[in-house]
Amino acid sequence: MQNVETVSGTGIPLLLDDIDTDRIIPARFLRCVTFDGIGEHAFEDDRQQDPNHPFNQARFQNSGILVSGRNFGCGSSREHAPQSLMRWGIKAVVAESFAEIFFGNCTALGIPAVCASREGITRLGAVIDADPTLELTLDLNALTLRYGEESVAVTMPDSARSALTTGLWDSLAQLLARKEDIAATAARLPYLNNYAAS
Amino acid sequence: MSQNQNLFNKVWDLHSVGTLQSGQTQLFIGQHLIHEVTSPQAFEMLRERQLTVLHPERTLATVDHIIPTQNQARPFLDVLAEDMMSAIEKNCREFGIELLDLDDKRQGIVHVVGPELGLTQPGLTMACGDSHTSTHGAFGAIAFGIGTSQVAYVMATQTLAMMRPKVRKIEVNGELAPGVFAKDVTLYIIQKLGVQGGVGYAYEYAGTTFDSMSMEERMTVCNMAIEGGARCGYINPDQTTVDYLRGRPLCPQGAEFDRAAEWWLSLASGPDAEFDDVVVFDAADIEPTVTWGITPAQSLGVSQLIPSVASYDASEHTLIREALQYMGLDEGQSIEGTKIDVAFVGSCTNSRISDLREAAAIARGRHVADGVKALVVPGSQQVAKQAEEEGLDKIFTEAGFQWRAAGCSMCLAMNPDKLQGREVCASSSNRNFKGRQGSPTGRTLLMSPAMVVAAAISGSVTDVRKMLEPALV
Ligand code: SF4
Repeated sequence: MQNVETVSGTGIPLLLDDIDTDRIIPARFLRCVTFDGIGEHAFEDDRQQDPNHPFNQARFQNSGILVSGRNFGCGSSREHAPQSLMRWGIKAVVAESFAEIFFGNCTALGIPAVCASREGITRLGAVIDADPTLELTLDLNALTLRYGEESVAVTMPDSARSALTTGLWDSLAQLLARKEDIAATAARLPYLNNYAAS
Repeated sequence: MSQNQNLFNKVWDLHSVGTLQSGQTQLFIGQHLIHEVTSPQAFEMLRERQLTVLHPERTLATVDHIIPTQNQARPFLDVLAEDMMSAIEKNCREFGIELLDLDDKRQGIVHVVGPELGLTQPGLTMACGDSHTSTHGAFGAIAFGIGTSQVAYVMATQTLAMMRPKVRKIEVNGELAPGVFAKDVTLYIIQKLGVQGGVGYAYEYAGTTFDSMSMEERMTVCNMAIEGGARCGYINPDQTTVDYLRGRPLCPQGAEFDRAAEWWLSLASGPDAEFDDVVVFDAADIEPTVTWGITPAQSLGVSQLIPSVASYDASEHTLIREALQYMGLDEGQSIEGTKIDVAFVGSCTNSRISDLREAAAIARGRHVADGVKALVVPGSQQVAKQAEEEGLDKIFTEAGFQWRAAGCSMCLAMNPDKLQGREVCASSSNRNFKGRQGSPTGRTLLMSPAMVVAAAISGSVTDVRKMLEPALV
């Protein structure tokens, strides 16, 4: 897997709290057996109700770094949510905080989801709005989001950060590597051994 | 096992395969549950990487999310839904996984069938590509909702990579007043701690209120742990747990059951168990609870007034205004009397037999108000059968409710059961997010099944306590 150390792109601000996964990708678009084509439905209902939704605005169409508020991605475990953002073009998400399953799903797809302070988020929203062509660079080693001469500090749990920077974000290979340890664990579980071990 | 370990940490340690380079634990998953929506891409991943399912016998599949609850003839009218059905049928056949298909009398919502078959047991680690997997915690299992990539990981390795969460004990003590149910308790906790209050935590629900709950009530509580942001929720196994499981088809039998029960009870957090945080509530403070907004924390007691924007922290004002505007409600307004268009009794939160009994007790001898569309959707075929044996279906249909086939239905409206336009739905489900019930502008008020029936009958949100038998009040 590829090391994810820096992500660069222009920003798209969606400065709301508690954006849930039903809003990111409404359930009717989960009627699919592949993730193909799911990107075009990101925020579909919100976009229809609000012509000014950032995902509708021409100036943000090529953006790669999504900036949002508190508890981003709460609700369902559907990986369709980060999949739709990724396929729409989002390469990193900066928010005040994340719901845990969503965060884990992002990491599993190699999408950094990093936190910034409310003040930092507000500042980012303002600079992106003022200049949608402004290039932002998320640096996972320095834990900063840089733009021009300035930067905003970001945070990320170490485990996720190192998984991304060392290219181990798809944990399947690591999990597969421990066949014997898995068998040894199974061998000591009472419920797999007629409860004899208890 | 150390005396002062809580159940969560005992079960976690027992299932730890080792520590990964990232610092995450590789955790063995004792039971995997899958359904038609979040599994097809995972099976595709296995095919691409030429992997097999390591423990097909520790994996059970069912169909629930997209199932039509009226016309179930195959092929389904919805071509996309039919594709998903054929995909899970083919995948389960190819990978050797048992599937509770529509023609199997055990089919139903994944979080209803696991417990009723006795598959959900104390001390298990469980995973399912569905956030409400926390339901299984009612048995003292550690149960995680996971994404599709992780579904593939569990299939291939029977393990997950996870960080150990902290554990918060939420203690509720005292008796619930008549008309107050497990749903009200779980909504109340979320209202108090917020939708992200649980981030980074597993929730242990303890105290006399949970001690005296039935297993089905405990499932309702744990089901919504995820709505409070927690990674999972659980209740310590006790005699109620053991009694519920005895004799269930997928449980050990005979002497093996007794050995199992002894182990299960030994897992409970002891009196000296340590927690990262403890919160205490009083059951006497809880009344029938209804959501007024677009997150499960935006709720209030039915007798209260919708809070003013100013009463919230300044950082929440935008969100509160957005919620009020979307719902068409005003601050300071009473929630009681809010007109409804649709009433839905169902979902993995509240579609078990005790929920239907509680709903039927209010519906009996009354009639749904003119212009209200009311649905009862049992959680599984077995629940439906039991309800029909008890005549509950008749009570519902005579009262003007539609009696449907088992599935998720209007909880997330991936099947034909959907709100239209800005309809308002009194719902016993778990999410009131914008557009959740199938109409992008539809509105959801979460409440207990009894409160849903009370609303259906009055045509507007009503305090169910006014409809209880006088003897009970
Ligand atoms: S009933 Fe609703 S919450 Fe439960 S599994 Fe089905 S869709 Fe998910």
